[in-house]
Amino acid sequence: MRDLMKSYTIEVRLAVVLALICVGLSIAAPQFATLPNATSLLNNSAVNLIWAVGLLVVLIAGGIDISFAVASSVVQYVAAKMLMAVGGGNWVLGFLFCGSLGILLGLLNAWLIHGFRIISIVVTIATFNAFFGLLMFFSGGRNIYNLPDWWTARIFIFEHENAQGVWSELTLSVAVMIGCVVATWALIRRTNIGRQLYAFGDNPEGARRAGVNIAVMQGVAFGWMGLMAGIAGLCQVNIVKEVVPNALYGRELDVLAAVVLGGARLGGGKGTILGCVLGVMFVAITQNGLNLLGVSPFAFQMIIGAAILIAISTSNIDLSQVLRKKEVRS
Amino acid sequence: MTTASAERFALRLHKVSKAFGGVQALNKVDFEVRAGEVHCLAGENGCGKSTLIKVVTGVHRPESADLIELFGQRIDRITPVQARELGVSVIWQDLALFPHMSVAENIAFDDLVGLRPKSVRYGEMTTRAGKVLERLGVRMELGAPLHSLPIAQRQVVAIARALMNDAKLIFMDEPTASLTQSETDRLLDIVRKLSAQGVAIVFVSHRLAEVLEIAERVTVVRDGNLVGVYPTEGMTQARLGELMTGHHIENDVSARDLPDAPVAFQARGLSRHGEFHDVDLTIKAGEVVGLTGLIGAGRTELAHVMMGMRRADSGDMQLNGAPYRPKSVRAAIEQGMAYVSEDRLSLGLLQKQSIADNTVISVLRKLTSVTGLISESRKADLVRHWIKELGVKIGAPEDPISTLSGGNQQKVVLAKWLATDPKLLILDSPTVGVDVGARAGIFRIVRQLADEGLAILLISDEVTEVMHNSDRILHMADGRIQQEYDPRTISVPQLEERIYA
Repeated sequence: MRDLMKSYTIEVRLAVVLALICVGLSIAAPQFATLPNATSLLNNSAVNLIWAVGLLVVLIAGGIDISFAVASSVVQYVAAKMLMAVGGGNWVLGFLFCGSLGILLGLLNAWLIHGFRIISIVVTIATFNAFFGLLMFFSGGRNIYNLPDWWTARIFIFEHENAQGVWSELTLSVAVMIGCVVATWALIRRTNIGRQLYAFGDNPEGARRAGVNIAVMQGVAFGWMGLMAGIAGLCQVNIVKEVVPNALYGRELDVLAAVVLGGARLGGGKGTILGCVLGVMFVAITQNGLNLLGVSPFAFQMIIGAAILIAISTSNIDLSQVLRKKEVRS
Repeated sequence: MTTASAERFALRLHKVSKAFGGVQALNKVDFEVRAGEVHCLAGENGCGKSTLIKVVTGVHRPESADLIELFGQRIDRITPVQARELGVSVIWQDLALFPHMSVAENIAFDDLVGLRPKSVRYGEMTTRAGKVLERLGVRMELGAPLHSLPIAQRQVVAIARALMNDAKLIFMDEPTASLTQSETDRLLDIVRKLSAQGVAIVFVSHRLAEVLEIAERVTVVRDGNLVGVYPTEGMTQARLGELMTGHHIENDVSARDLPDAPVAFQARGLSRHGEFHDVDLTIKAGEVVGLTGLIGAGRTELAHVMMGMRRADSGDMQLNGAPYRPKSVRAAIEQGMAYVSEDRLSLGLLQKQSIADNTVISVLRKLTSVTGLISESRKADLVRHWIKELGVKIGAPEDPISTLSGGNQQKVVLAKWLATDPKLLILDSPTVGVDVGARAGIFRIVRQLADEGLAILLISDEVTEVMHNSDRILHMADGRIQQEYDPRTISVPQLEERIYA
């Protein structure tokens, strides 16, 4: 148990705080702890979670990505155009197409970073602007409503009607999100490739000397992020049923903040799936709670910002050391 | 090759040459290591030691070589992968470990390398790592993240990692540079254990005492040429230093009496809870006082209080006869204190900045012109003065400090402090990672500064260092000054016995 506390300090702390918030909200807002609210929370968080696990992989490998949200928009737009051109396609084709296009965009980032030895934040700010600029130029900023039927169809993996006749539903995106979370966990925790990603992020020179293929690691990290961005783009269309070119612009920083909140280290080498999920859910639940409490939406950003600052500045304080000091003194 | 040599030698190199550009890094060097032997590779920085290691591990390809033989197997061209598969392993000074990974994963990491996807079995990994540590006779929490361990234990993790790859020949580059004496002793025990198990170890170290203690034979290289191979039995530190540098090194006790010199610094009853107690310390102008003892004795903590980094709980200090109670490091510096810290690389120097900027950082305020901005010409003058004064070997003052050798970096640290015109200079382990020739150079400067009237407190783990360079030696243990010694009336072994008893 002490070992668990030691290696998962941030996760344990975040879980405790999150549990307290949930208890508090259940008392303060009666609608909070209801099945319809819980399912809608999950539905609304699915896209963010898919991005978050992708970004986690990049952070673990010592990089950062700013371009993933607009990459999702690019994937959506190109997929909508291409799928309509081939007669509409289906889910399988959609996944294949969006996934591979996402991977390509991710590999473009990886190639620029590795091939020209430019740091990832500079590369991805550049590609963020380039992707968005190209998208706005070619789309003219116009939304696409003319989408294949399968893509906009509502598919539920769970449905329940309560006594008052209110429906609780989980959408397909939640199932996809769970798949992405599990796959990412398996990659970073259970495969040698994932462990090499951690090593590369932790000590790049040490990893290089041990024979880790650095180019491939960059490709895996940003390729995985791209894959997640492609899948997130596909899911987001299924939720909103249209392609809005600038809909996802700006979402990247919220996701980044949530992942860092979950304990991923910006320097690389550290971060867990559990922490990442908790980080995203922390932001989502706080926002949801404030909403239910009738707090002005303008206050959301401020409160979330403050919560992140507090969480990150206190996460550097080692609680076990504080406790030990007290023991010595007493 | 004959089977006899296969049994006897882990490594044989004959007439290996390697040049970089116009510089002959290795010139027809022979190097042989017997199986299970502890062998020392000695030489000053830049003598070709690292090149030799890199040839053996396949990082560099030699221009010419009559023979390269590993474990009795003749090899035309070594690649890094082949070297590792044959059982050659190098533990570099920076260890190349992963701080956020667990001890077990660090030890077993090389099994994970490669692009063919494999699943990770943590249980098996932990068991195997535990077995290797058992072989070394060490117990460690296998699940703890590496960064939670002290450097000495990380060193052990690096050794365990090499053994995990079935290493039969391990090169250790300055393994004891950042270890204390007792940690070093424990490491040397492990090295002996490995040697008894048939693993050959090539030890690269600047600490000659330790080289003579651990190695059976020593190969000396100077300027890319082989000087010779010597048994350590009967070898002295002074002789080894001469072979390495090619010069005679003054290694005599240099203590003097200074009956008439005024007192520069005095501390009476200085205490800080849990660190040191009731310390009385007097340093005269022009005197070098050596302060030695084991780590944790309170030496560095005492220096920190003298520098105003922490406050003493009780007792008082005087500097040049006036009460001295520094409220901050800045106040201490202004009153004439200077402190060359023990961790030069991270605390003493801004590694990415230029030599010039590092030299003037402590006196920036003195360099401002009427505009309030830094005068480039005054800065250049000051830098030129100190580089000349201390004989720092540099390319250009604008080069980053990281391009200098350890000895020259330490001289820049000295220059930085001397530029503040101090009255008392504290040197905390000033020769860690500095080679023999450069050490002599640094102590020549220290002696010269003392002759000019500077009071110096020399803190060091190394008994020989304080013996040869101080006027008086104070032995500190458990936070108290235990005893004062005169270097002229005690020998190194006697002093060592008192300290390590």
